Amino acid sequence: MKSAKLTVSALAVIAASATAAAARDQIQISGSSTVLPYATIVAEAFGENTDFPTPVVESGGSSAGLKKFCEGVGENTIDIANASRPIKDSEKEACKAAGVTEIMEVRIGYDGIVFASDISGNDFAFTSADWFNALSAQVVKDGKVVANPYTKWSEIRADLPDQEILAFIPGTKHGTREVFEEKVIAAGCKESGAAEVFNTELGEEAGEQACLSLRTDGKSVDIDGDYTETLARIQSAKNGIGVFGLSFYENNTDKLKVATIGGIQPSTESIASGEYPVSRPLYFYLKKQHIGTVPGLKEFAEFFVSDDLAGAGGPLASYGLVADPELAATQKAVADEVTIAQ
Amino acid sequence: MSDATIEGAPRATQPKSSLLVADPHTRRRHAAEARFRAYGLGAIVISMVMLVVLLFTILTGGIGAFRQTYLEIPVTLEDAQLDKNGNRDPADLGKVLTLTYGKLLQQSLEKVVADKGIAIADLSAKDLSGLISKEAPARLRDQVLANPDLIGQTITARVLVNGRIDGYYKGRVTMDSALRDANTSPAQLQLADALKAQGMLATKWNWSFLTSPDASDQRPEAAGVGIAILGSLYMMLVVLVLAVPIGVAASIYLEEFAPKNRWTDIIEVNISNLAAVPSIVFGILGLAAFINFGGLPQSAPIVGGLVLTLMTLPTIIIATRAALKAVPPSIRDAALGVGASRMQSVFHHVLPLAMPGILTGTIIGMAQALGETAPLLLIGMVAFVKNFPSAPPEGLFEPASALPVQVYNWTQRADPAFIERASGAIIVLLVFLLCMNVLAILLRRRFERRW
Repeated sequence: MKSAKLTVSALAVIAASATAAAARDQIQISGSSTVLPYATIVAEAFGENTDFPTPVVESGGSSAGLKKFCEGVGENTIDIANASRPIKDSEKEACKAAGVTEIMEVRIGYDGIVFASDISGNDFAFTSADWFNALSAQVVKDGKVVANPYTKWSEIRADLPDQEILAFIPGTKHGTREVFEEKVIAAGCKESGAAEVFNTELGEEAGEQACLSLRTDGKSVDIDGDYTETLARIQSAKNGIGVFGLSFYENNTDKLKVATIGGIQPSTESIASGEYPVSRPLYFYLKKQHIGTVPGLKEFAEFFVSDDLAGAGGPLASYGLVADPELAATQKAVADEVTIAQ
Repeated sequence: MSDATIEGAPRATQPKSSLLVADPHTRRRHAAEARFRAYGLGAIVISMVMLVVLLFTILTGGIGAFRQTYLEIPVTLEDAQLDKNGNRDPADLGKVLTLTYGKLLQQSLEKVVADKGIAIADLSAKDLSGLISKEAPARLRDQVLANPDLIGQTITARVLVNGRIDGYYKGRVTMDSALRDANTSPAQLQLADALKAQGMLATKWNWSFLTSPDASDQRPEAAGVGIAILGSLYMMLVVLVLAVPIGVAASIYLEEFAPKNRWTDIIEVNISNLAAVPSIVFGILGLAAFINFGGLPQSAPIVGGLVLTLMTLPTIIIATRAALKAVPPSIRDAALGVGASRMQSVFHHVLPLAMPGILTGTIIGMAQALGETAPLLLIGMVAFVKNFPSAPPEGLFEPASALPVQVYNWTQRADPAFIERASGAIIVLLVFLLCMNVLAILLRRRFERRW
């Protein structure tokens, strides 16, 4: 009897839920795990310093975030998607098809990608070509295309330490992987002259493929988890070299030693000036259609890109974000609610 | 096989067996038994060792989260900085941002260092201001906004210190590591030591770990599991209210009333299958059914609770049916024999006797749901939530986190101090589970009856 009553009351709760689901008063954010720490820092400061509630920030990757973003317009869809890469045309189309027709693109700054090894290990001074030769499935040796024969860094270039090659690189689901392939492996392929040999020996298309295909003999390990996993792997395999975000490295300088690329030490300054080659812009995408229905949405966007937060010397920069030199233009675009073409 | 050879062997060659001297066959059998016992004992020893190692690493790693280092300094809340118009208008006071309060705290600390004559070589301005947590200005601001009369007075502010300093007193940070650490320096640690010698800095029991919300990546020292505990509690409430009545009613019908035909067989097989479905599948279902179709809000405990209800139902139904089956038919027959209706026999006799089994099954199902993260991933509960949800029923529709989600989130943060927090959250989760399991055992003892 009692359970029957409970069931009835439970059903009443479900019924009531449909009506209670109406007005949402906090901003919902989802997307890139690289942008997540910056977004939480801003969300926290926004909640503290304004009368608006603190936005809810989820992570799950750029693609997952943009997919959710493009599900439609309304209370039960997210307002902002964080991304560590620009939105793709296919995603814009998906957005348009679902009625998300006005999207604001906001670039918050740049993120550096660094190579770091255990603090007690050897010092490294890499070039992109070294990384290509170390990790590519096929390399060019004496003018011929051969399967990658290198097992030690010193075999690639005599200046490098006599240490086994072991690299922990981000898995294919990470946005970081694309940047790594484009700015390190592909650049190294060109730099070392292997690209030309591949093109003549294997043909245009296969040559390009050969530039990007990585060796699978265990020297290059894909990490599908986050940077904490890469750090744990390096701590157990001391001769490993991992790929990290600059902010992660800066929080763990007591455990990690960073390598230079082309003689340039990664830092917020060298990345801002463009000297350090491996960096990428970070974005968030905002539904203009939600401005006015979700309280504080525009204020949040303006707060995010304000000089106090995203500027040089602000809390985001102190966490490892490289401030955007064109921040003033971004601020103006946000104030004017400029949308991107779809 | 060995039996066969003995049977087949000629009688004359068979060794004489006696009670005092065991024949080879008996010895083999005894040895096999001894080996089997050793395997069993070995398995238990291995699992116990693993359990001890697990508990030890979690406890040593997480116990630090329950203690926190605080600094107590006198702060003069000057009118000139906090209330330029001098009218204590809340709107004007609200315009003074945490930045100003941060400067105020920094000046106060500088003053203390100068007054006490603390001199440390290589102490930079960044080291000094970095000693105080970034959370401290926000708390001071809240304190002043709640009580504007404080402006103009000198109060003793109890502020959190930076996570690295806190780690120094918990053994996570040393002078050696500080030398290489970009976020602290040996000079900063020396300053902390000097303040400690003055009795201004102390590591104390930290209730706020259990009551405060999550904090961003720059403030590990301020992060707590308050919202996560509340969110988990709300979800368990929803599961209790929905899964128990539905599950028990379904099992009573299936076990006592339903005709035994092909349809009930199909339902039975499906329930058993549902119990084995990976929990992430329920998350996908929840996203499609409750959020996209039902229009419920994202990140809300009600959706989490509904998803976990779906996940727990099969477990509860299976446990309840087993408990009902275990009640001897003689009880039913006797009740029916004295003229009770089938419903009376079930509700007056069978159900009370099956209660301990039902309760145990329910609590174990809920404990399983408590530790679940995967389905919550898809409905937006794996999130950074800073505002506490209000009391139910409205609170069920407001964003909240959950305990296992908090553990998952913290293990992904860059600052090593969050590893301690994650272990601390695991301890809280384990205590929760332990309480539920103890409750299950107590209830079983209390109501159990043997035949």
